[in-house]
Amino acid sequence: MKTLAELQAIRDKAREKMTIREDNSEATRVIVGMATCGIAAGARPVLNAFVDEVSKRKLGNVVVTQTGCIGMCQFEPIVEVLEPGKEKVTYAKMTPEKVARIVVDHLVNGNPVMEYTIGSLLK
Amino acid sequence: MVRSHVLVCGGTGCTSSDSPKIIDALEKELSKQGIADEVKVVRTGCFGLCALGPVMIVYPEGCFYSMVKVEDIPEIVSEHLLKGRIVTRLLYQETVDKDQIKSLNDTDFYKKQVRVALRNCGVINPESIEEYIAFDGYQALAKCLTEYTPEQVIQIVTDSGLRGRGGGGFPTGRKWALTAPNKAPQKYVVCNADEGDPGAFMDRSVLEGDPHCLIEAMTIAGYAIGATKGFVYVRAEYPIAVKRLQMAIDQAHEYGLLGKNLFDSGFDFDLEIRLGAGAFVCGEETALMTSIEGNRGEPRPRPPYPAVKGLFGMPTVENNVETFANIPQIILKGADWFASMGTEKSKGTKVFALGGKIKHTGLVEIPMGTTLREIVEEIGGGIPGGKKFKAAQTGGPSGGCIPADLIDTKIDYDNLTALGCMMGSGGLIVMDEDTCMVDIAKFFLEFTVDESCGKCTPCRVGTKRLYEKLEKITSGNGTMEDIDELEELCNYIKENSLCGLGQTAPNPVLSTLRFFRDEYIAHVKDKKCPAGVCKSLLQYFIIADKCKGCTACARVCPVGAISGSVKQPHVIDTSKCIKCGACMEKCKFGAIVKR
Repeated sequence: MKTLAELQAIRDKAREKMTIREDNSEATRVIVGMATCGIAAGARPVLNAFVDEVSKRKLGNVVVTQTGCIGMCQFEPIVEVLEPGKEKVTYAKMTPEKVARIVVDHLVNGNPVMEYTIGSLLK
Repeated sequence: MVRSHVLVCGGTGCTSSDSPKIIDALEKELSKQGIADEVKVVRTGCFGLCALGPVMIVYPEGCFYSMVKVEDIPEIVSEHLLKGRIVTRLLYQETVDKDQIKSLNDTDFYKKQVRVALRNCGVINPESIEEYIAFDGYQALAKCLTEYTPEQVIQIVTDSGLRGRGGGGFPTGRKWALTAPNKAPQKYVVCNADEGDPGAFMDRSVLEGDPHCLIEAMTIAGYAIGATKGFVYVRAEYPIAVKRLQMAIDQAHEYGLLGKNLFDSGFDFDLEIRLGAGAFVCGEETALMTSIEGNRGEPRPRPPYPAVKGLFGMPTVENNVETFANIPQIILKGADWFASMGTEKSKGTKVFALGGKIKHTGLVEIPMGTTLREIVEEIGGGIPGGKKFKAAQTGGPSGGCIPADLIDTKIDYDNLTALGCMMGSGGLIVMDEDTCMVDIAKFFLEFTVDESCGKCTPCRVGTKRLYEKLEKITSGNGTMEDIDELEELCNYIKENSLCGLGQTAPNPVLSTLRFFRDEYIAHVKDKKCPAGVCKSLLQYFIIADKCKGCTACARVCPVGAISGSVKQPHVIDTSKCIKCGACMEKCKFGAIVKR
């Protein structure tokens, strides 16, 4: 080890892998329904796509987590996005392809993708 | 891509309650379910809540599972990690608040704690240097070597007010400042990890949970005093600690954080481990150094102090593990930050190993000046079984006790010394009304008699005579003169012993005499043990009114001392009774008493 910069580089790289362990109540939570109905409808690739996309874009303030059955099995895979101080947004019939757009539009730029929400599917 | 981290405690406590098997089962189950690459299992150091072990914490949810068994693993994996349904029955009850999960830091046990020395324990994987670096590891060393002169480093440590955490409480900055100017061909940094007090395990937890922190701090000390070589003297009874420390030393070498020309500053430093053979006296600094030199671990008179003539006759700084563990944080956050915690003369935090009659046995780190009441009642969760708090013992065989009426004492070096106690390394044993204070003094004396190295007479012979007197008193043969002689002998040993072991060995006796003299007198005059502990002073009786004549006691008595016919009150023949207590345990009606 010769320089502080060298140490910083190792630190930043190692840190990225550990953000998951931080206690962050201010974070935006992406919750994927992973009950039997969700998994059968393909929730697993959706969850993995979120984890990938969030870490690729280094969104330190987003936590991807899972939950059980939300109760509307016909709309699975369901994903809820909870931002502190804002109303919950529920996306339904999710696919890995839809994930990229939600991450860019909603999580990065703050504009929920209305056409993917459960509200627009019910219309 | 990893979406979840499962941290499982791999400290000695949880390891002995099978956490390695849990990790194995977890890894197997994860591959069985096909999610092994999505969930990362991390073996950490001690979380502190040893009473609830084995413990694990699952991120990102932050679920804290306690008392986990191998059989619970399939459920945790298939329910929580696969389907996202938290296994509520295994959650630590204190973290559940109206169906919501509270952060562990909001529970009574953690709320009042401030983690400086233990900051990484239970948070990082101690076997990974990268995780240590991720949490600002080795930044303090880099800062010292690239920005500060050795004098500046010593000044920061001095200004922080840090005092030795191994027992004596000597100001760390002053120790370094006394060693630095001494010219010698070789100087040494020594870490005292020979933690020998019964019931104390904070140094072990740092070594097991955050070994790199010690390496970093010792290197900083080396730079400050101009030493290029360090030794860690650790007990051989700490196999996990030794293994992880060696692993950490190897990794530090690999990353160029130990060895030659660190951070291109021209400063070299290297570390070696020396194993202790289990002698308590080797925790005394001169005995420890004698032992590292390869000789029999016996103390020698001071002066000369180690700052002038220490290891191999060279100037040496010796600090304890917990003292070192504070150093990197002091460098990074500044002396003012550290000095803002604690009391006027005792700065920072102190780690205590909570043990004895207390609900939350474990490891806690609190700011100096926290009251004993807060530690026992709030953090420790009080005394189990609704019993009354009688006293707390600090400092192990060198310390004394704090009685119940002084429970609001603020814990710091000077308050404890004023009470005839001492901080010691930080063992804190809680005692309830069923504890006999004379018996406790005898217990610690038995330990020091055993551990006295025999070099000086006051300690070798004196502690033995003390023990014999205590034995005489607890067996009901003591006289009032014995109590006076006991006190006189204590003071003599204190004044005339060669090293810290002998000088402090009488403390448990003096302290109990000071606060619980009435118990000594009860043993001598009334031939009674008020707490009902000393066997020779007890007799078992059956209360005739309560006895239903079920014969259970008579059947369990190993010496046939109980007689009586069915459905008639039984009687104990006290001349035959060996006071084993088996009858009392067996009786369903509470008809047997000892007094």
